[in-house]
Amino acid sequence: MNEKYLYSLIAVIALFLVAYAGVEAAGLQWLFGIIIPYLAIITFIVGFVVRVKDWACSPVPFAIPTTCGQQESLPWIKPSKIDNPFSTGGVIIRMALEILLFRSLFRNTTCKINEGPRISYVWEKWLWLFSLAFHYSFLVVVVRHLRFFLEHVPVCFQILDKIDGFLQIGLPGVMLSGVVLLAAAIFLLLRRILISQVRYFSLAADFFPLFLIIGIAVSGIMMRYFTKVDIVGVKELTMGIVTFRPHIPDGIGAIFYVHVFFVSVLLAYFPFSKLMHLGGVFLSPTRNLRCNTRAHRHINPWNPKVKVHTYAEYEDDFREKMIGAGLPVEKEL
Amino acid sequence: MADLKPEELIARTDFTPPRTGWMDTPTVIREGMFCYAAKPKSVATLGLPYPREWNPLDDDWKLPENWKEIIIEGMKDRLERFRTFKIFMDICVRCGACADKCHFFIGTGDPKNMPVVRAELLRSVYRNEFTKAGKILGKIAGARELTLDVLKEWWYYFFQCSECRRCSVFCPYGIDTAEITMMGRELLNLLGLNIDWIATPVANCYMTGNHMGIQPQAFVDMLDFFADEIEDTTGVRVHPTYNKKGADILFTTPSGDVFGDPGTYTAMGYMILFHYLKVKYGLDVTWSTFNSEGGNFGLFTSNEVMKRLNIKMYAEAKRLGVKWILGGECGHMWRAITQYMDTMNGPADFLEEPVNPITGTKFENAKSTKMVHIVEFTADLIKHNKLELDPSRNDNLKVTFHDSCNPARGMGMLDEPRYVIKKVCKHFYEMPRNCIREQTFCCGSGSGLNASEDMELRLSGGLPRANAVKYVQEKHGVNMLACICAIDRAVLPPLMGYWVPEVDVTGIHELVTNALIIPGEKEKTVNLRGEDILNKDEVGPEEYYTRPDFSGR
Ligand code: HEM
Ligand code: SF4
Ligand code: SF4
Repeated sequence: MNEKYLYSLIAVIALFLVAYAGVEAAGLQWLFGIIIPYLAIITFIVGFVVRVKDWACSPVPFAIPTTCGQQESLPWIKPSKIDNPFSTGGVIIRMALEILLFRSLFRNTTCKINEGPRISYVWEKWLWLFSLAFHYSFLVVVVRHLRFFLEHVPVCFQILDKIDGFLQIGLPGVMLSGVVLLAAAIFLLLRRILISQVRYFSLAADFFPLFLIIGIAVSGIMMRYFTKVDIVGVKELTMGIVTFRPHIPDGIGAIFYVHVFFVSVLLAYFPFSKLMHLGGVFLSPTRNLRCNTRAHRHINPWNPKVKVHTYAEYEDDFREKMIGAGLPVEKEL
Repeated sequence: MADLKPEELIARTDFTPPRTGWMDTPTVIREGMFCYAAKPKSVATLGLPYPREWNPLDDDWKLPENWKEIIIEGMKDRLERFRTFKIFMDICVRCGACADKCHFFIGTGDPKNMPVVRAELLRSVYRNEFTKAGKILGKIAGARELTLDVLKEWWYYFFQCSECRRCSVFCPYGIDTAEITMMGRELLNLLGLNIDWIATPVANCYMTGNHMGIQPQAFVDMLDFFADEIEDTTGVRVHPTYNKKGADILFTTPSGDVFGDPGTYTAMGYMILFHYLKVKYGLDVTWSTFNSEGGNFGLFTSNEVMKRLNIKMYAEAKRLGVKWILGGECGHMWRAITQYMDTMNGPADFLEEPVNPITGTKFENAKSTKMVHIVEFTADLIKHNKLELDPSRNDNLKVTFHDSCNPARGMGMLDEPRYVIKKVCKHFYEMPRNCIREQTFCCGSGSGLNASEDMELRLSGGLPRANAVKYVQEKHGVNMLACICAIDRAVLPPLMGYWVPEVDVTGIHELVTNALIIPGEKEKTVNLRGEDILNKDEVGPEEYYTRPDFSGR
């Protein structure tokens, strides 16, 4: 069983070695600091757009939202406007809650068969909580990185930095997002390894991004708190990339190139993997359609012509018997 | 199955997965867990491909030479036609939120019954054929070759999913394993690999108008027989009409209720209600022998077959010139009507937007399909005091309500049935919250799995539902399980008999007509089932015998 996470772990370690050796031994800073990041960004953007376009262009023949609450029906029955949205407004709120708060995951329960038998269902909040922590800290980390790519950091990002660093421990101050990201990713990983059910259906492709993200977080934390990377040099490099005048400043440690290489791999891997749930969740037809199919006709663009058995044929088959039973017929015998 | 006691069945249910990964654990097709193969005659009736005799237990399934090509082509075609299929293949993160939500997993402990693994059975082949990662990395990326064993595994597990959609409620992306099962079954049907419990009802429905294959004269006989029964218990003779042109409303309901107990009492309930509305308010409701099936086992075959069966509803309504259609209590029938009918066979512009002529209520929510659910209709009548009811006649019952999967998760009809039950019964108790409404558990026999040869599967899959009923039985003395689905009425009695003896099953309209005071009825001592109506409560009959208010007319 453990071959799956072993493969992924080995792959991430190999990536680390490639970047480390490439920079330290072979001096390929321009490859890991410029060429690979450019290629990764292009792959990410093109891959993402192609993927989403492919989904968005495929037809939705039937409106099959999952209704998770009372329908809109008689005027005196209170409908569930969000879980069974009849109107577009309801759909927007439903989708916003899904995307911002992982609402469906919030419903999660664990099932146990006890003596009796008595089956119990207990609210399972941990996956929801850590997923949310994981995604939000990831988002904050991404946003905070913008300071490397912008000449002037907008005020709102500066405020975010303040909130993120409010703990004020040590020097440089600890940023919560990085720590939470690492903790949450480790939780998600342990969950996959330790819970036998989850381990059973996990694939190497589920462990790989987790190891990679843990690698990104660890290398980031290393630079910030331990090896104390040369921030001015880094900003010179990143600004060079966004202004299309790339060059490699001296004196940036190898660990930085490892970090950038991990991120590049993640970006390039993104469009070909399950990480595309980022785009897919917006397009899921069981969530993003209105539950009003009895009041408004949904159109199927390829509605097929089918062979049917008509009433006339039916009456031909049974005319005598129908007349015998006193049933009205279209054509007498 | 009768030889395996409940304790023994539960003892075998162990949630610990096997040591070998699912791809390396061969699937053994086991007696009691599958339905027999489709008979060639039924497959041929619809002109579907490769009708033949075959047996799931044989090594040789007599597949066409190029079966693999057919499946891969079929997948490609469906990936292009269904956004659901494509997205659900691509975005699952295997978080496992759906894993223990499936009654078949809970009841069998078989990890391939976890919705996520059920989907992976198909997804693994999708990766192998349609994704770059799968092509390059193979098994590491979770891809696998489509082999005969894989095909057999699909067949086994796609006919162990009742398309109940409970898993999709919990998935953060709304991935609906029922939809994946439907795609899987469409693909299997390309090779003639249906089960007979679906294929034969479909063929019957196509030719004779209903799943049971009841011919028109027999249909009339059966309803006449019910009229005799009704006369015996109530003293009132009801006169249903059939295929009547110019009636106000066409009524259509699953033929299962005409065929077997306790559904028959629900059918009698409809007949009594229509009689009541006829004599009191002059409402003219007609039955049809051509459209004598509300259910649609085509839904469990392919979207095209569903369309071919469903088309009769509008065709018959048009031929008879009715104003709108009233649909009986049925689960999957209402999924088809709510989410497919209008798209497939609409627009029904030859019908009127449905209005209840007795109360004046406009059914705005059904203004395009022009089809109203009888529970909505009855709830509206009761709300407007149009039915004279004596709920004390149901005092012998302590009732709980089973939300059927499709009205719950494919429609959202949750409060109407509860309203009606509470108006006609005094003792109503809910099962625990995680087992009702949108989180309801399947009866274990939905989507055409209600045969007798797969009884072990049905009793295992029905465990979560039965267990919740047992809870209210022990806590409140519940003795009646009400439901709004004909398959439920057929399959819950054996399920209750196995896990929760002493609990009976009823449709809501049986309860309604137990309580309904029919003009000219004799003093009732027994209900439709011939059971004594016992221990009326202190509430005097006067309170219930007050005439309803006519002001709305
Ligand atoms: C907005 C951009 C998003 C990014 C970058 C992102 C990224 C990720 C990543 C990297 C994982 C991998 C964790 C793992 O493999 O276990 C993951 C898992 C997950 N994501 Fe997202 N995601 C995004 C949006 C969303 C949204 C909108 C939802 C909710 C609807 C969501 C729900 C989840 C869940 C439930 C997991 C599973 C955790 C697990 O695997 O144990 N994600 N996401
Ligand atoms: S809940 Fe959804 S995303 Fe999670 S494993 Fe199940 S199908 Fe996949
Ligand atoms: S649709 Fe129902 S039966 Fe099918 S996998 Fe999901 S929970 Fe199980």
